[in-house]
Order: sequence, then structure tokens, then C-alpha cells
Amino acid sequence: MESTAVIVTRDLTKVYGHQKAVDRLTFNIKPGEIFGFLGPNGAGKTTTLLMLLGLTEPTSGHAQVLGYEPIRDPINVKKQIGYLPENMGFYNDLNARQMLHYIAELNGLSLDIAEARINVALQEVGLSDEAEKKIGAFSRGMRQRLGIAEILIKAPKVAFLDEPTLGLDPDATNRMIELIRQISQERQMTVMLSSHLLHQAQKICHRIGIMIKGQMVAQGSMEELAQEKLGVGTEAYTLEEIYMKYFKET
Amino acid sequence: MSGIKPILKKELADHFSSYRFIILFALITMVSMITVYMVGLNIQRELNGVAKPRFVFLMLFTSSGTLFSLVDFVAFFGPLVGLILGFDTINRERNEGTLSKLLSQPIFRDTIINGKFLAGVVVIGVMISSIVLLISGLGLIVVGVIPGVEEVGRILIYLIISIVYVSFWLGIAILFSIIFRSVATSALAALAVWIFFSFFISMGANAIAGALVSDTTQDDPEVVLKQIKIQRALSLASPLILYVDATATIIDPMRKTTRTIIQMGMLEQLSMARFAGPLSLSQSFFVVLPYIVSLLAITIVSFAVSYLIFMRQEIRSI
Repeated sequence: MESTAVIVTRDLTKVYGHQKAVDRLTFNIKPGEIFGFLGPNGAGKTTTLLMLLGLTEPTSGHAQVLGYEPIRDPINVKKQIGYLPENMGFYNDLNARQMLHYIAELNGLSLDIAEARINVALQEVGLSDEAEKKIGAFSRGMRQRLGIAEILIKAPKVAFLDEPTLGLDPDATNRMIELIRQISQERQMTVMLSSHLLHQAQKICHRIGIMIKGQMVAQGSMEELAQEKLGVGTEAYTLEEIYMKYFKET
Repeated sequence: MSGIKPILKKELADHFSSYRFIILFALITMVSMITVYMVGLNIQRELNGVAKPRFVFLMLFTSSGTLFSLVDFVAFFGPLVGLILGFDTINRERNEGTLSKLLSQPIFRDTIINGKFLAGVVVIGVMISSIVLLISGLGLIVVGVIPGVEEVGRILIYLIISIVYVSFWLGIAILFSIIFRSVATSALAALAVWIFFSFFISMGANAIAGALVSDTTQDDPEVVLKQIKIQRALSLASPLILYVDATATIIDPMRKTTRTIIQMGMLEQLSMARFAGPLSLSQSFFVVLPYIVSLLAITIVSFAVSYLIFMRQEIRSI
């Protein structure tokens, strides 16, 4: 199973000063799945993503993304991963199309490939009509969707989405979740979705990892977690119940 | 260096369309044109009915009109251009949250600094070259003297030294924009360093030289010489002094050394007095070469420090 895994970590640890932000994290993510990375604020989710991207150096332990080690070979890792940071910034005086062109150029795409991918991506996230508008005038929902478009033009095998629904209204949240499901299915993209919105995660994630205080306290499919913690069958539970169970224990 | 081209392109577009650039450029153009016009009128008046000296054209740059010469102007205010262009290079991206996005693209971290620095250097180059060209044109009209080949060569070297000098300050500003997260702090810190190295070093050098070699008698030549040597050595720590010495020698062929009269030996003084002709371009160049190398060296050092700090910095989205 490990040879087919997209992301493998072994005892991944990051220490800031005296505090263990991430504590001996071990997990695998299989190709094509949506992995829900859940946990309260400050549980070390973002730090883990940054380590997998090669932007932060782990204190100890190993990580492999698509066969590359993020620390040794960050360029190859970053070629394959699309990353949506938590507080994503944009160049407000560019319009959406210019922004996407810039990203395409940074990824070394030729102009005609870039052009084609940008049109498809804008279509897919529903920003085709707003493509010539300055990003400064975008709403939060539009910005998040533009962030997804930035990932799409890279055509990565893996996407890291850090709190993609943060601060969105219910309607925009649903659209975002639907969009993530859609692109993951259509493009066979592995998605690692960090969130603390359990309700949405439950809807689209194939497997779930619960992270509390730097440790992965549980991982598996909804059924497995429910079985393990609540001892109930497949119907009478929500992710929230499972989560709170774990949360209270630690 | 993959990825440097898009960054360079974007940064250049940002610079050229920013109000910051337009205001700076307008200000500098205005000041230098007024200065040169007055200097030109001065030269015209003085040269009336007198045999023309050999290097009239270069006098446009060196002789001071009512306030300061153009060379002095660049020496004092050129650094400000570099600082203003660079003080928010990295921390602005960090504050706006675009840095983590940029870094998650398949480019090396140093590519970002390189691209931004290079864009700044291009802007500085465009600014200084166009001003020098403008002044030359204005000089042609006002003074009515055509520069010779050698004069053009000297102006070119002057141009290159000036670009390196201002780029050094750009490098310092970028360094502070990496160290400090707040834009205002990095601007202030860069200004403080500029003021220290440009104004206080020469004053401090005086005081330290006086303290190290006390001259109670005031007339012992040994002591006076020693004091001046110490003072010179200390003030060479200032990029301003490096720049002023280098450009003054390259642009004024009659200056044969960067040293002051007191520091010259007997024979040197003798030869100065006997051979009153101007120095050839290549000889002037050899005199200032160490200064150019020093300016380049401090630029590279400031860059190396920027790399070191930026490579180790944690990139959090917050």
C-alpha cells in the first residue's frame, strides 16, 4: 500500500522552542482521495502542510510527496502540489486573468498552454465573467475560487487546501465544497483538505484524520472512526459526535 | 535561473506604474535640470572671451552652481532613491499574504530576491541614464560645447559607478525589508543606516582620529599626518565617501589621486606641480578601480546577508 501512496510521513515532528507543533505524525494518503485534515485551531495542521511543501523544515522524521522528499527536492514537490494558503493574498491591482498568467509563468508554462488552461480554470470556478475585473474588487468567495483556479492551471496531482471555506457565507461554502468534490473527481486529484468545519468535511472526505495538539489521534473512513469510537453502525452518527468524543479524551 | 523572468517582468511593471516612481523621477529630473541650467549659464558667462579649457563639458557635472554640483546631488540623494524603491520589497508581500503563494510555486527562494533586485537595478539604471542624457542635451544647448570621446567615456564610467552605488542602497533596503515585518520599521531602519553612513561617519572619523592621536602642540607635522591618515581610513567605511572620491576623480581629469595634498609624498607633489596636464582616461580609471571594487563588494555582502536570512526564515501565512 505504501508504494502507491501519494503522501507518506513517518514520525514527522516540528518543534518551535519548547512547543511541539507537530508530534510524530505518521500517515498515508492514497491517490485520488479527499483526505479531511481536521482539528481545532493551532493543532498543527498548517505546519504539517508547510512541511509537506518544503517551506518549513521538520525537526525530525520523514515525509515523501509523490516519491520526492520536500526538504531535498522542494522544486519537484512544488511542481506537483497546488497550495491554497489559509490567508491567501492577491495582487489587488491585477485582474484575475493577469494573476493567473503570472502563476502560469512562474510554473514555466508556455503562453498557449497557459491561455488554454486559464480559460478552462476560469470556467470551472465560475469566474469567466469577472476575469477582467481587478482582484481588489473581489468578494471573499470570489477570491477563494480564484485561488482554486490558480491551483487548476498548475494541473497538479495533489492539492493542499488550508481552510478553503473560512469566512465564507453558507451559500459560498456549499459552492466551494461542491467545486472541490468536482475537481477532485474530474481530474483524479488527491486533495488534502484542512478544516474545522466538520459538517462540510463529512460530506466530501473519503478519509479523515483528526489532529489535536500536534498529534494525529485518529484516522480512517467515517465508518471506521464511528465503529471505533461510538460502537454504532453506519447510520446514526455525525462526524461532529466522533470528533467531540476524541476532543474530550485528549 | 528559471522563474526569474516573470518576477522581473511583474516587478518592472509595478515600478513603472507606481506613483512612487513617477514622483521620484519627476523630483529628480526637476532638481537636476535646474541645477544644470544654472551651472551651464555660469560656465557660459565665465568662458566668455577666455580660451576654453579642455574639458568644459565635464564641468557641467562637477562645478557647483548656487547650491551643489550634480555629482554631489547624486551622492547625497541617490541612496534615497534606492531606499525608497526597496524598503517594502519582501515585507509588503508577506503582509499581503502573497509571499506564501509565491513560495509555493516551483521557484527557488533566492529567485524572488534576485528578480526584485534586478528590477530595482533596471529602474535605477533607467532613471540615472535618462537624467545624465538629459543633462548632456541641456548642456549642449546652454554651453554649446560638444563632448569628446574621452569625455563620453568618463561620463559612461560615472554612470556605471552611480548605478552600483544606488543599487547598494537598494540592496540594504531589501535586506531590511526581509528582517522587519513592518514596512514602516524597515523604512526607518534603512533611513537610519543611510544617515549614519553618509553623515555621521565623516564626523565621527574626525573625533576618533583626534582622540587616538592627541596633538597638544598642533604643529607637529607627524601628528597631523597621522591624524589625517586615521581619519581617511575610517571615513572609507562610508559608501558616500567611496562614491564621492571615485566619481570626483573619474569625472575631473585634473585630479590625479583620491588623496589629499597633505597625504602626498614629496615626489608626488613635485610631479603634480610639474605635469599639470590632465590624466588619461585609463589612468583615471586605475585610480578609482579600488573604489569601484569596494562598492561592488559591499553590495555583494549586503546581498549575501539577505540570502542567508531569507533562506532560514519561517514562512507562515499569518
